[in-house]
Amino acid sequence: MSLEEVKVEPKQKFLDIYQEHINDIKNGSPDYINEIREKAIKQFEILGIPDKKDENYKYTDLNNEFDNGYKMYLSPKNIKFEVNDIFTCDVPDLNTKVILLLNGWYYDRENLIHELPGGAIIGSFQAAAKRYPELVKKHFANYAKMDKEGLVAMNTAFSQDGVFFYVPKGVVIEKPIQIINILMDEEEGFTQHRNLFILEDNSEASIVVCDHTLSRPNFLTNSVSEIFVGKNADLKYSRMQNEHNGSKQVSNLYLHQERDSRVNANTISLHGGLIRNNVHVMLGGEGCENTTTGLYLTDKGQHIDNYMYMDHAYPNCTSNQLFKGVLDDFATGAFSGKVLVRKDAQKTQAFQSNNNILLTDDADIKTKPQLEIYADDVKCSHGATVGQLDLDALFYMRTRGIPKKEAKLLLMSAFAYDVIKTIQVPALQERIQDLVDKRLRGELSRCNSCQMHCC
Amino acid sequence: MLSIKNLHANIEGKEILKGIDFEVKAGEVHAIMGPNGSGKSTLASVLAGREIFEVTEGKVDYFEKDLLEMTPEERASEGIFLGFQYPIEIPGVSMVNFMKTAVNQQRKHKGLEPMSSSDFLKLMREKKDLVELDAALASRSVNEGFSGGEKKRNEIFQMAMLEPKLSILDETDSGLDIDALRIVANGVNKLKSKDNATIVITHYQRLLDYIVPDFVHVLYNGRIIKSGGKELALELEEKGYDWLKKGVDL
Repeated sequence: MSLEEVKVEPKQKFLDIYQEHINDIKNGSPDYINEIREKAIKQFEILGIPDKKDENYKYTDLNNEFDNGYKMYLSPKNIKFEVNDIFTCDVPDLNTKVILLLNGWYYDRENLIHELPGGAIIGSFQAAAKRYPELVKKHFANYAKMDKEGLVAMNTAFSQDGVFFYVPKGVVIEKPIQIINILMDEEEGFTQHRNLFILEDNSEASIVVCDHTLSRPNFLTNSVSEIFVGKNADLKYSRMQNEHNGSKQVSNLYLHQERDSRVNANTISLHGGLIRNNVHVMLGGEGCENTTTGLYLTDKGQHIDNYMYMDHAYPNCTSNQLFKGVLDDFATGAFSGKVLVRKDAQKTQAFQSNNNILLTDDADIKTKPQLEIYADDVKCSHGATVGQLDLDALFYMRTRGIPKKEAKLLLMSAFAYDVIKTIQVPALQERIQDLVDKRLRGELSRCNSCQMHCC
Repeated sequence: MLSIKNLHANIEGKEILKGIDFEVKAGEVHAIMGPNGSGKSTLASVLAGREIFEVTEGKVDYFEKDLLEMTPEERASEGIFLGFQYPIEIPGVSMVNFMKTAVNQQRKHKGLEPMSSSDFLKLMREKKDLVELDAALASRSVNEGFSGGEKKRNEIFQMAMLEPKLSILDETDSGLDIDALRIVANGVNKLKSKDNATIVITHYQRLLDYIVPDFVHVLYNGRIIKSGGKELALELEEKGYDWLKKGVDL
């Protein structure tokens, strides 16, 4: 008789959890969502969790990370804390209404839906799915395709809540909406929230999303955000990732742009144990403009992996991608960016650039920019660099009396600024600059309390 | 002020300086001339503390301190300034931020409070006029997109801001037209006092028409093979270096 345990694949564990808790999971969601859920779990059974054999996950083995037995949040368990004790949000000009998600659930259970002036709506995704079925049905699971991404399928099967944001035609939301994802518990947890943002034609909005861990245990997040940007609409989206070294997150962002829309999206990865960002952009109409940028600062054993897919499906669209990173100690990272220019997408302008600075011999980054062009009248470029700090510039500064450490900081800060200046929310731009400088100085070594006043 | 004795320096095992001796006193202007590859720029780099050069022998005293023991930033804060032959472009670091950091770090070294923003900007305005530096350049990144002449004027501007005791100007005249040369030389002359000294490294006599040296040294193959007064520069202009090379033990 063998005493060897049969190893259960993490995929099977999640399939079992799904079956076991199917009532909890479906409870609270309308039928049309649960029908998609059923399709999603089947798809997840086929695709599973990506491992290194998957070309797109070659440098980040997620199968391992999901094999952890962390607690899942299948109902909104509220941990009582006073928001104002923890957050001192002193970024000026942000919308006073701060939206909190706690372990993937909309925090303010008393007020799940807020109607804003002009007919805009912000609130809990779960509540919105029930209250505005026509609106949600039209967009939900339409952009985050589960036919290729096992983790999107998994999120679609399991996720119950998240943030819903709706801006009707022609409405302009003046002040940025701030969403804070909080992870806080006494034990290790795994969250999967789902956001849906809808900007109808000719509308405008800015969204700022911050990720924070507020307690020590390890966390894993597998989030999906779908954003629909209607004709001639304008979205500014900034994400700030600031979690502790015991946190791992996979963030899937799907942007669908209609004709003549404009999107500026930035992801600033300040801190986190393992971060995998998947950004998919569909330029789904003529004349779209998209700027997607990312900045990542890693040290110790942190790992960052940015994956970007820009789909030029229509003519006359412009996309700009800029990703920059500084890797210290034995941090590792990867960047993979694909620009697809379809056959009919003439007059496309697509630019992509990834620049990295390695501060030590042990830090490592794999970078893979790719262009796939099927149209003949296009202007595209891509490039990647991996280097050290410019020694000539360092010496030049030192001969002016600037100590080596300060000179290095100035150079790193200047390197990062190229990304920071693409942030289009002015107050946030300043704050991020400040945070990045602090991070580079090593003053923000952990972020499990918001005493840092970082958002 | 500066005393160099038997200075030898290598780069990647190759000896470039093969025993340099000379002294600089406050109030003096020294010119170092010599053909390409003689070690002029190496000497400037070694004095400023460039780490890729290894000093294998000799001694450099600066105000009775061992200069070779100091880091480049300490040397700068103690009053040594190197004007670069090829000033470095630093994208993303604004001139204002760069100079402000430099001035305040040097003040910190001397135990002084940082300068207030308004005082600092006033100082910048005053000093940029000295070298007729375009005000717009101050808001740009350090040397980025500057023309050759602007870069050299920017070096003298920085020198004016930092008020060094010993300035080493490495080929400050190279690539300058006659008007730019006059502006640069004029800036250097205005900064001259009985308390500071300048070492001018140059290929050409023409700079020395504007910055008149007290001493001229000819550097050849890592050694000073002749020293003299300003008339030596004129002689070199006329005869070249070949007459000096003859009889030099290589």
